[in-house]
Amino acid sequence: MMRILSDPSVKLLGRSIPLPTPPLTPLSMLFSRLMRHVLSRHPSILRRMGATAGSRFLIQVTDMPFPILLEPSLRRLTVVPRRAKPAHDTEIRGSLKAFLAMLHAEEDGDALFFSGQLEISGDTSSVVALRNALDDAEIDLTEEIASLAGPAGPALRRMSALLERRTGLSLSRRRLGEDPEDHSR
Amino acid sequence: MMELVCPAGTPAALRAAVEAGAHAVYCGFNDETNARNFPGLNFNREEMAEGVAHAHARGAKVLVAINTFPRAGDQGLWHRAVADAGAAGADAVILADIGLLAHAAEKHPGLRLHLSVQAAAANPDAINLYAESFGVKRVVLPRVLTVDEIAAINREIDVETEVFVFGGLCVMAEGRCALSSYATGKSPNMNGVCSPASHVAYAEVNGAQEARLGEFLIHRTPKGATAPYPTLCKGCFSSPDAKGNDQVGHIFEDPASLDATHLIPALQKAGVSALKIEGRQRSRAYVAQVVRAFRAAVEAADRGLPMPESLLAKLTEGQASTTGAYAKIWR
Ligand code: SF4
Repeated sequence: MMRILSDPSVKLLGRSIPLPTPPLTPLSMLFSRLMRHVLSRHPSILRRMGATAGSRFLIQVTDMPFPILLEPSLRRLTVVPRRAKPAHDTEIRGSLKAFLAMLHAEEDGDALFFSGQLEISGDTSSVVALRNALDDAEIDLTEEIASLAGPAGPALRRMSALLERRTGLSLSRRRLGEDPEDHSR
Repeated sequence: MMELVCPAGTPAALRAAVEAGAHAVYCGFNDETNARNFPGLNFNREEMAEGVAHAHARGAKVLVAINTFPRAGDQGLWHRAVADAGAAGADAVILADIGLLAHAAEKHPGLRLHLSVQAAAANPDAINLYAESFGVKRVVLPRVLTVDEIAAINREIDVETEVFVFGGLCVMAEGRCALSSYATGKSPNMNGVCSPASHVAYAEVNGAQEARLGEFLIHRTPKGATAPYPTLCKGCFSSPDAKGNDQVGHIFEDPASLDATHLIPALQKAGVSALKIEGRQRSRAYVAQVVRAFRAAVEAADRGLPMPESLLAKLTEGQASTTGAYAKIWR
């Protein structure tokens, strides 16, 4: 399985070359665009979250170089520098693999929490509401991105399937009845 | 074959349960009328009607839990829930309150009534009273009985019994626990929440994960160690021993979940009609995995085959399981 290191770097001729910090603003714009797209395709998310949609969720993906600030009612998903901790109501911490597996219903959020793979702090109601709303929405990340990408969609789907096989990360929703362990599709 | 009754906190979980082989799905409205009144969970009226239609089209039933106790003067909310469940086409409603049972029996005579575990009817006299007075057709037994006691009860009653086989355990005589009310002012019986998320706070303190409920520190677990739900009954507390030294332990109950897979044949022999899986607060991933495993077990029991090994340990609270009171190894 591929590991994404917390200090982003690439291996070249056996030497680790540090990557420059990603340009955060364009990335935030891209993420927010995706978020608006997802929320318009799944209006039940904001409805289910009710007042908790106004909460600010700081998502610490432990093996990504930067945290993400999720503000559902503002339809905003912002990439923030690792050291600057923006104001937030709740913080969720876990690996990229754990977050993706939960999003695509391969792992149960409570089970990840029981086993210490997900940690939360701050306003627990908001986290529970977000988890339930996303679980009901049956999001498929690859489909969401592909449907946004227009003519590049089919190529993106193929790339996602390849990436899924290479990394073992869950990048799309398994249809009911499919084996969650089987990444050979 | 025994009926497998499966939880659904959302329409997506309902579809997952039906797909995985649930004979019946139980769910509730998104308000105080059901005992899993959690943020972001449950069904509005439209979703309930769609859920029932989806299940019926695939041969599964839907049972609507309206199993909290109405507040005096506010019964309208609970009465509407019963009427709306009937209108949505529910196959039964699961009720706990005597007044609500009387209302449903009188106003909705065609609606099948199940007695919720919250009513804590644990002996033939209590069960027969509910059957004779309100026409209750099925009783969900509290999780305090052994298999032999269940068999003895079944010999003295004419209604169906349903028992829990998997999921979180509530250690108190159901519907009689005041721990959550004591700590937060909100209870499962009245508000549909035990240890509500609004009163739970997690924090990382000196490398350990702390969970607080209201003003009480209920766990301190090392980072990365297994953690239970933040309910008081599963809290780990310290208290002085006889010599005044601190002793730390789970005073009420160890954080373990019920898994009665290997007792299914015995429960079938004891005359149990339906097996229930706890967990409407859980994700559709949990629902799909647990339902699939139990459908296979129920089918095996029906054919007299041995029970499959349970592979569900990682889904259980504290990641440890117990057969609870069924086999009398209760602590
Ligand atoms: S505190 Fe424990 S025993 Fe009491 S209602 Fe909650 S889960 Fe049940």
